[in-house]
Amino acid sequence: MVPHYPTKRSALVPTLLYAQDEVGFLSDEVIAELARRLDLTELEVRNVISYYSMLTTKPRGKFNVQVCTNISCLVRGGEEILQHCAKKLGVGHKGTTPDGLFTLEEVECIGACSWAPAAQVNYDFHENLTTEKMDRVLDDCRTKATR
Amino acid sequence: MFSNYSITKLQNYSMASLVSHPDEVKVVTRRFGLGATNIDRYLELDGYKAVQKALAMDADAIINEVKNSGLRGRGGAGFSTGMKWSFVPKQSAKPKYVLCNGDESEPGTCKDRLIFEHDPHAVIEGVMIGGLAVGARSGYIYIRGEYRYLSIIMQKAIRDAYAKGFLGKNIFGSGRDFDIYWHGGAGAYEVGEESALMESLEGKRGIPRIRPPFPAVVGLWGGPTVINNAETLASVPHIMLGGAEWYAKIGPPKNGGTRLFCLSGNVAKPGVYELPMGYSLKKMIYEVGGGIPNGRSLKAVVPGGSSTPCLTADEIDINMDFDSVAKAGSMLGSGGVVVLDDQQCIVKFALRTMKFYQHESCGWCIPCREGTDWLKKTLIRFHSGGGVRKDIDNMQYLSENMLGRTFCPLGDAAAMPTIAFVKKFRKEFEDHLDGRPCPYEKAGVVEEMEALSH
Repeated sequence: MVPHYPTKRSALVPTLLYAQDEVGFLSDEVIAELARRLDLTELEVRNVISYYSMLTTKPRGKFNVQVCTNISCLVRGGEEILQHCAKKLGVGHKGTTPDGLFTLEEVECIGACSWAPAAQVNYDFHENLTTEKMDRVLDDCRTKATR
Repeated sequence: MFSNYSITKLQNYSMASLVSHPDEVKVVTRRFGLGATNIDRYLELDGYKAVQKALAMDADAIINEVKNSGLRGRGGAGFSTGMKWSFVPKQSAKPKYVLCNGDESEPGTCKDRLIFEHDPHAVIEGVMIGGLAVGARSGYIYIRGEYRYLSIIMQKAIRDAYAKGFLGKNIFGSGRDFDIYWHGGAGAYEVGEESALMESLEGKRGIPRIRPPFPAVVGLWGGPTVINNAETLASVPHIMLGGAEWYAKIGPPKNGGTRLFCLSGNVAKPGVYELPMGYSLKKMIYEVGGGIPNGRSLKAVVPGGSSTPCLTADEIDINMDFDSVAKAGSMLGSGGVVVLDDQQCIVKFALRTMKFYQHESCGWCIPCREGTDWLKKTLIRFHSGGGVRKDIDNMQYLSENMLGRTFCPLGDAAAMPTIAFVKKFRKEFEDHLDGRPCPYEKAGVVEEMEALSH
């Protein structure tokens, strides 16, 4: 880790996200390792994890489908997109499909307001959504995963 | 085990599309769509000239230039940027810092995203000029965790600036050093509040600090820190090159320059438009935005992100600058202009807004933690037909009692819009009483009662 902070602890939040990207979730082993490297207790690390909504200590699907339903997306059909995904995937908020491919999440504003309704799959933005477009996004994910 | 730059799970990302309108005055957006993420291209487009000019100026001269330009914080609060910089003490035992707030999370706001995508070097240059003004030797650019593709762009921009000797030791051969570091978030609206931002950067939960002391005196790791929004910082190089007088004249007195307005919601042409400060809200909706589609009419508009009190269709004849909108009882805020047509339910809109604040409340202050939760639960019950008349007055009363009683403005951000919804749309609230179904609920759409929660 690049030491450009006066305290080791300062690297914690971005490092947690990078660690989660690699491992899939923040497992006990990852937390223990990070705590060790940053001279923190595991409790201090868990305290921080629980604050940030992108971080999870539970395994998630390969594709985290995050549908925004906040104000700009709300008035342009964001809820309909969310409900469409819930129906198509057969899971609710924070649910993971049995095949481990998808997790669905209703999220707060992702900064795509002028291109609403919008969603993110992992870090990719998908905007100006219709239910048809959302279907294509989800089908593409499934195709990629089963290639 | 973990390397900073190794992970890119990006498969493909859609670059956010750009729009334009003849009334735009392109200052910050001048280089958009021209490939300015490439540093050589940025240099061709007058890049890094402003910081070299600043290197030859006194710190006080830089501060005065920014003060006289009338630049005010583009994140939402609208505080005079030059004045904020002038609060940093000349001498300091601890290192001083510049912190770019790229945690853009205010609902309705999507402008900093475009700056990071199209002109990241302008942000870097703004941070450097701020550093020269206050005597800081390093800066941090904090970008929200969800903006991963933009963090990748910014990390490359920083690397390229170092490679050319614009950052690091002896920048531009000036004998002075300046370092800039990227830092990423992990999902938290409250972290956009400047003191919570510092807590997050220090590796903690994003809980705000008591003020005073203000960050300019006691900030990151105890050292004097100026925190500015990304758009504010990206405006600075243009001000240095064009001059304070030119920038100030673009807008009304004390509200200089342009700002990026994120037009969204029920308009024909949503998009991010750079318009002069003081531009008419009515024109923005009907001319720039193309008016309300589908034969509907305007019901309400949120002028500056969800934290700003809404305006009714009768109240849109105002100029979009900090002072005019404040006079109209709302705020210019973050530039997120969200338009609602006559098919939107204000009660549902208020409910979704309160769900957001309840979810994002850091939990530190009782009025905010408990107040947002009570408002959310009351609105859930109210919108689904379980409301009683007293609820309406109670919501207003409770919101008024939240104001000014918290460490940070998140409590106010939930309270003020609620007061506006209840006052301005009382009839719509009353139409939901006595078990009546919501008049706007489309047939077949089941109300999602599940509250957002971890």
